[in-house]
Amino acid sequence: MTRPEAPLTSRTRMSQVVLIACALAAFIAVTALASLLLSIAVEGTGSLSWKFLTSFASRKAASAGILAPLAGSVWVCAICAFVAIPMGIGTALYLEEYAKKSRLQGIIQLNISNLAGVPSIVYGLLALAVFVRCFGFRSGETPLSFSVDWSAMRILSPGDPDSLWFIQIPFGSGVLAGGLTLALVVLPIMITASQEALRAVPKSLRQAAEALGSTRWQVAWRVTLPAALPTMMTGAILSISRALGEAAPLLVIGGFLMVMQTPTNLMSDFTVLPMQIYNWSGRPQEEFHRIAAAAIIVQLAVLLTFNALAIFVRQSFQKPLQS
Amino acid sequence: MKPVPLENTTMTQPAESAPPERRDSSAVLPVAASAMPPVGAAAPTPPAAVAMRRFSAWYGRHQVLQAIDLDIPERQVCAFIGPSGCGKSTLLRWVNRMNDSIVGARADGTLTLHGSDLLGRTVDVVALRRRVGMVFQKPNPFPKSIKENVVFGAKLHYRLARADLDEIVEKALRAAALWDEVKDRLGSPALGLSGGQQQRLCIARALAVDPEVLLMDEPCSALDPRSTASIEALIRQLRTNYTIVIVTHNMQQASRISDTTAFFFEGRLVENSATDLLFTSPTQKQTEDYVSGRFG
Repeated sequence: MTRPEAPLTSRTRMSQVVLIACALAAFIAVTALASLLLSIAVEGTGSLSWKFLTSFASRKAASAGILAPLAGSVWVCAICAFVAIPMGIGTALYLEEYAKKSRLQGIIQLNISNLAGVPSIVYGLLALAVFVRCFGFRSGETPLSFSVDWSAMRILSPGDPDSLWFIQIPFGSGVLAGGLTLALVVLPIMITASQEALRAVPKSLRQAAEALGSTRWQVAWRVTLPAALPTMMTGAILSISRALGEAAPLLVIGGFLMVMQTPTNLMSDFTVLPMQIYNWSGRPQEEFHRIAAAAIIVQLAVLLTFNALAIFVRQSFQKPLQS
Repeated sequence: MKPVPLENTTMTQPAESAPPERRDSSAVLPVAASAMPPVGAAAPTPPAAVAMRRFSAWYGRHQVLQAIDLDIPERQVCAFIGPSGCGKSTLLRWVNRMNDSIVGARADGTLTLHGSDLLGRTVDVVALRRRVGMVFQKPNPFPKSIKENVVFGAKLHYRLARADLDEIVEKALRAAALWDEVKDRLGSPALGLSGGQQQRLCIARALAVDPEVLLMDEPCSALDPRSTASIEALIRQLRTNYTIVIVTHNMQQASRISDTTAFFFEGRLVENSATDLLFTSPTQKQTEDYVSGRFG
């Protein structure tokens, strides 16, 4: 049987064209990013100093620093991670391992996917009502407050605002409200990533555990979670990166711009790096643009630190599977 | 194929016998001399470990098993044979309720393990699976060490000291004929073993729970001939202590290792008898066609 031969030259040419197109796309993307980083580095490095990192905001660019937003970002993102990662993993576990494939589960699933696309400012409005004002609880009065005195092992009410263990209800626009707001923003991302991670665990492993007489929780805890955790940590990295870059929802809940202290407890006023950058870059003076660039460099450094931490956690959970 | 009348489906059940529910497990199969322990002339019939009466199963609206009456004798190897889709794996998976996780799977009739019901809503599947172990088609060791794999199930069911664990590991690995090959590297990853070794590790893992019945769903189909031979030899040994049910597509394998064989076709049990008899003088035309390789 003879078959007409497909012309080899046109096939190889097509292959080359695609290669060049893909390489070009990658080149453009990388160049854009690199030029952005480069211009920031050129503009900002001059203003970077130990003094810049350890000073509070000021009306004069020369003496302004980013201690308050830096500390605020770290506090808020830590709270966000602390809330969003366990909740995201828990929700994913429920949806993938426990929930029956029902219509309700389908609706929940659809909503989670939709929530991931909701503008973050909308979460800010929600958080304003729920966290900052607690649905108007004690509005117009002094908030309900208490603090824990560990040395005397008792709870004080009204609380001592200087204590680390000081809580007031409503929360007001402190770091707790900020962290919870960001947790709302990133929760859909965290849930979806965790679900993907759980789905990627081979069914045969689940069956093996089930056939040996594991309960659902034992299957999840001993087999599925350890296998899925590395991928979940990738989701955590994405979530925290997103949280670190958010300014809009925190502006809505009433984050401050001129904060002259670092947070001391969950109720402390705060500002975050993106808000400070936004504020400085909006001013007319050239000097403020330079320190905004310096703040961006700091923000990137914080981002990389958080990601490195997540990668470290991933590595330490990821035991060698194959010899 | 024309359906076979139920009364003739098993050799063991005379057409005019009592209603199925009343039949006790002693009314079992004539067992070939070779399969019996050399005790006396009168072959004692082993009691049934697993018994089914008019057992039917569905996936959604699709009925996959129709009124199966079958006794699986204790401490013997029972092979399920039949073409793909005949329901033999489904039946196997009902014995340890692995079908529970499949949406739309349901069953009717009775299915008992040593007389206790396995189908009720109140049956504790965790406790059931301690008594009924399972080995799957593809070796599926956990991505953990060899030792951790063996003790996985045992740790779920028993409170064990470290010394007990070591004993369990050795005992289970010896029972699965794997001990000599891995005793020096119990801490190394199970996924580093060969396919045949992995499957024997899965058998050891199932044995470490100390089950009464071991279900095997085509345990050799993913293995090379040498590994298959070692697993088959292992199955022959294990029958002294365990009741084994094995699903296989390989009729030579069924004839080599099993004491009794059940032939399924399109959701019905066509014939169930001593393996020698089923392969040499089947009573049903369909069985004869299948075992002689005329179809399937």
